[in-house]
Amino acid sequence: MSDNVSLVIVSHSPDVARGAADMVRQMVGDEVKVAHCGGAPDGRLGTDVQKILDAINEVWSPRGVAILVDLGGAETNSEMAIELLPQDRRARVVLCNSPIVEGAIMAATEAAGGSSLADVRATAEELSPR
Amino acid sequence: MSAYSDSAPVPLSRATANVVLRHEAGLHARPAVKLTKLAKKFAAKIALATSEGGPWIDAKSIVKVMAAKAPRDTLLHFRAEGADASAAVEALVALVEQDFPDDG
Repeated sequence: MSDNVSLVIVSHSPDVARGAADMVRQMVGDEVKVAHCGGAPDGRLGTDVQKILDAINEVWSPRGVAILVDLGGAETNSEMAIELLPQDRRARVVLCNSPIVEGAIMAATEAAGGSSLADVRATAEELSPR
Repeated sequence: MSAYSDSAPVPLSRATANVVLRHEAGLHARPAVKLTKLAKKFAAKIALATSEGGPWIDAKSIVKVMAAKAPRDTLLHFRAEGADASAAVEALVALVEQDFPDDG
C-alpha cells in the first residue's frame, strides 16, 4: 500500500472533502491512501494549515503525496503546509491544478497502478476544464 | 557488427479482440476506472477504440477512457502489444463480459 502515491483532499467544506474521499474509496478502492480535511479552526468554512499538515503526515508515502484543493485559500494554505514539512518530505508533495472531485478520482486511479507522483499529477491535470 | 548482435530478439506478441459493452450506463465512471486499473496490471501497450478505424486511445489512461464515453452496446476494440498482450486482452474482455464485477 505504501508503495503507491497517497492523496490529500483539501476543501473549504469538511463535508465536500469527506465526500470526495468517499468517492475515491468506493470508485477506485483502498490501494491508495486518502486523507481529507476541511473547515477553518472555528468550524466555519475555510481551510487550516495545521489540518492540512496533519493530513499529509497521516497518509505519508515515500512515493509522495498529491494534494487536491478547491478554491483560493485551500491552495495557499496547502502551499504553506508543504513549506512547513521537513525538507526531505517537501519535494515529494505536489499540488494538483485540477477540479477537486474529478481530479481525485483520476489521480487515485493513476496512483493505484503504482505510477510516479509526476504521472499522478499529470493525469489529474489532464482533466482541466475545457 | 559485434559477435553478439545476432542473438534473436524476443518476438513481439500482439493480440486483438472485440467485445460488446452491455453495461447499462456504458463506459461511465466506475467501469472506466476498473478497466484502466486492470489494463495497468499488464506490461503490454494496450489500446482501445470504439470503432474499428479508431481513434485508438491508451487503455491505461483513465482520462482518455472516461472521455471516450462509450454508450451501451458499443463494440469495444482492444489491441495489445508486448509479452503479456494475450493475457491482457483476455482479461479486459472478461471484465467487460462479466459486466465489471467488483473485486474479490
